[in-house]
Amino acid sequence: MSEDILKVEDLNLTRKDFVPGNEVRWCPGCGDYSVLANMQKTLPVMGVKKEDYAFISGIGCSSRFPYYMDTYGFHSIHGRAPAIASGVKLANPDLAVWIITGDGDGFSIGGNHMIHALRRNIDMNIMLFNNRIYGLTKGQYSPTSLLGKKTKSSPFGSVDRPFNPSAIALGANATFISRALDVDAKGLQESIKRAQRHKGASFIEVYQNCIIFNDGEFGDVENKATRPDNALFVVHGEPMIFGKDKDKGIIMKDNHPKVVTLGADWTEDDLLVHDETNPIITNLLLEMTFNPRNPTPFGVLRAVEAPTYDDMLVSQIEEVTEIKGEGTLEDLFYSGDVWEVK
Amino acid sequence: MTKKVVRINEATIRFAGDSGDGMQLTGTRFTEATAIVGNDLKTIPNYPSEIRAPLGTLAGVSAFQLMFGSQRVFTPGDLPDTLVAMNPAALKVHLKDLKKGGTILANANAFSDKNLRMAGWEANPLLDNSLEGYTVYSMEMSKLVGKALENSDLTSKGIERTKNMFALGVLFWMYNRPIEPTEAWLRKKFAKNPSIAEANITAMKTGFNYGETTEIFTTSYAVEKAELPKGKYRNITGNVAVAYGLVSAAQKAGKELFLGSYPITPASEILHTLSGLRNHGVKTFQAEDEIAGIASAIGASYAGALACTTTSGPGMALKTEAIGLAIITELPLVIVNVQRGGPSTGMPTKMEQSDLLQAVHGRNSDAPIPVIAAQDPADCFECAFMAARIAMKYMTPVILLTDGYLGQGSGPWQIPDPNDLPEIEIKHPDASLRGEDGFMPYTRDENETRPWAIPGTPGLEHRIGGLEKENITGVVSQDPENHQVMTDIRARKVQNITQEIPKSEVYGKDKGKVLVIGWGSTHGAIHVAVERAQAKGQSVSQLHLRWVSPFPSDLKVICDNFDEILIPEVNTGQLALLLKAELTRPIHQVNKVRGEPFRASEIEDKINEILG
Repeated sequence: MSEDILKVEDLNLTRKDFVPGNEVRWCPGCGDYSVLANMQKTLPVMGVKKEDYAFISGIGCSSRFPYYMDTYGFHSIHGRAPAIASGVKLANPDLAVWIITGDGDGFSIGGNHMIHALRRNIDMNIMLFNNRIYGLTKGQYSPTSLLGKKTKSSPFGSVDRPFNPSAIALGANATFISRALDVDAKGLQESIKRAQRHKGASFIEVYQNCIIFNDGEFGDVENKATRPDNALFVVHGEPMIFGKDKDKGIIMKDNHPKVVTLGADWTEDDLLVHDETNPIITNLLLEMTFNPRNPTPFGVLRAVEAPTYDDMLVSQIEEVTEIKGEGTLEDLFYSGDVWEVK
Repeated sequence: MTKKVVRINEATIRFAGDSGDGMQLTGTRFTEATAIVGNDLKTIPNYPSEIRAPLGTLAGVSAFQLMFGSQRVFTPGDLPDTLVAMNPAALKVHLKDLKKGGTILANANAFSDKNLRMAGWEANPLLDNSLEGYTVYSMEMSKLVGKALENSDLTSKGIERTKNMFALGVLFWMYNRPIEPTEAWLRKKFAKNPSIAEANITAMKTGFNYGETTEIFTTSYAVEKAELPKGKYRNITGNVAVAYGLVSAAQKAGKELFLGSYPITPASEILHTLSGLRNHGVKTFQAEDEIAGIASAIGASYAGALACTTTSGPGMALKTEAIGLAIITELPLVIVNVQRGGPSTGMPTKMEQSDLLQAVHGRNSDAPIPVIAAQDPADCFECAFMAARIAMKYMTPVILLTDGYLGQGSGPWQIPDPNDLPEIEIKHPDASLRGEDGFMPYTRDENETRPWAIPGTPGLEHRIGGLEKENITGVVSQDPENHQVMTDIRARKVQNITQEIPKSEVYGKDKGKVLVIGWGSTHGAIHVAVERAQAKGQSVSQLHLRWVSPFPSDLKVICDNFDEILIPEVNTGQLALLLKAELTRPIHQVNKVRGEPFRASEIEDKINEILG
């Protein structure tokens, strides 16, 4: 992003500016609609010019996203969006680059590009739509489908152990990781804003319901009534509290997170406090993901500052140019032993 | 005693030794000294794919050959006149190629029983008469440098390692080359370790003086300057020339150059060269794999850079799907394939021309792409420049084919005046191209090329992608009529490039009995063979194709003027297959796939056979 943060008022952008005229063709009731709407709502207030956004996607239902955003967009090939986006960002570091991907695109065929994009900390935003199923190919298990999942390609149940995408992001040393829920507008907008502002590779995992091939996969947290008791929304610097009556919390016991009820035995002071800069806390939250005794954590799980690849590349170019001077073709051609034929 | 100096027109030398003996370096230094003297030359390295194959074995032999002369030199020479053999394995592998009566310079100290056994010699060939008919200079190189450097700080192992400089010194004397450039080069290379520099210089001088003073050498050779066109020259490898061609094109287009690449033999030197040019507006990205190499380049192209990716055969296979994406999105991109022997990993360090059909046709669906092939190391510069210019003018990926022989081989390059290189005009549209219905990313100009609208331009927000798009509007379309239209446009776009191809030049008469057609690095060997045939009065001409897709428009007319067509290729007949379809007539072939370039004599033999 260019150094001067533009004033949101001066840009005068609204949601409408990001909605192209074409028809959106996801299945009725698909979780993707909500993510799209919240993206279109959030981008106008980021202080970024409309023409500076570029949305790059791979293949899959979610990867149609760029066609539904009135920005620059590139719907590419399966799994390669992080690599294509890396080229876009490095060629023009002033752009705000978004990668839209899914669990199959980003963590199966494109897993390699994903971890390297995160590792390099290129200043881009990666939004992963995790619906734990292959939707566009009509319902095979994905690398995030849970063990035992019965699908068209696993009629007797999947024997494939799943990835926890945000944990992989942490393993790749990502500098920003957040998790959001397709039906939670507030959480989505918060994740989008924080990711866009974060300098470095930002990773957002969206739990997204596939109404056709995997409906109800995230039932307890998707459902508004059961969500408070099953989802933990973490806030940096605040104790980990959840529950309909805000009466449950997370403590550390025997080196493991444990759910307790606030009251006579436990007070807020006993609870773990979220620290998005501490990888141990992030890891602890991620470990809670598949444990049925624990709520599923959402929110900004990790945010740390680290040098970005794009910045380092640009400064290296400046440093070398400072020392060697701006290279000319003459310098280049005559850099070897030269002789003259007269 | 006075030693004789014999004037000769040309010489071919092969340096061979263990892969740790520094033969590539020795050959390169001899080449630089020879270039400075003003001879024309060509070189070819030949080394194993292991970094350090087992010491003393046949598999571990590394070699470097050059031919230099006082006339134009088109190949690194067929059979060497002089063979430097640093150990018995090197002699075993390369003796069969040495010219009858040729000269052998051997390090006698390396001919131990163990080394002889490993190389498969029953007895020491330096001591019995198995090298009869050759001139053998058996020198105790290791012992001589040991003596010369007995006061050096180097370990005995370090001293032993300077023996290649001794051999180089002897050759400098033998062929009357100056030692000063190598002296300066060593001082610069080992600036932080002067004792190593001095030891190597001493070893080289010891070798030089050994030739000068000992009685075993009676004759040295002088090769006069070649009559090259006036101008300034430097020696260049094909890989460096490709890098320079791309940088030049970027500068002439006012663009940043972006390289997305993954290391692979024998193409890595392009990545190495470009990554050292941060102050020349070059961004290099060493990607996580071959696919990310091209994918990042496609992204950079979309964002408005001159983008390229460099690789060899196996990498090309991995990039295939992404090349299709560049074709359907109509984005400019230069894809360089420095070919090597295959299939699969094949022979990484050996040259071959067997990726032609892959380049022209190797993608899913009808996916036409321009394909250019360079004919010698210096030509790699012009071809890379042209590939970039065509890519940006016609909004298409372009494949540039070179090979390991061109990429790592070298020859003199007449340095162009940067001001004489053509400017490349780039037009990026602005909001004025936005009509009432918005921006149309697939509108067409007179060449049916679409506009290169780049992110960051207000008002031209649009989406591209791998799904078929409606012509003009760029809306996703699965309409049958439109797919036909777009497929036809993609084919015509490539065909339109024939207008860029200058009139083909035939070497020799433009009518006759045999026309030898080649492409890529066979140019030199074909040229020499045709030259010899013409000298014998045979009716033979040469046509060398730089463009293999599309073919030049005058190709058929030229071919119609010859009774027979012969195509030599270092593959099993890939251009021949394409030309049989194009020309619908029988074609003679001479093919070999031995990981090495043609010898002119092999093509000559075939010409004789055709002419009966």
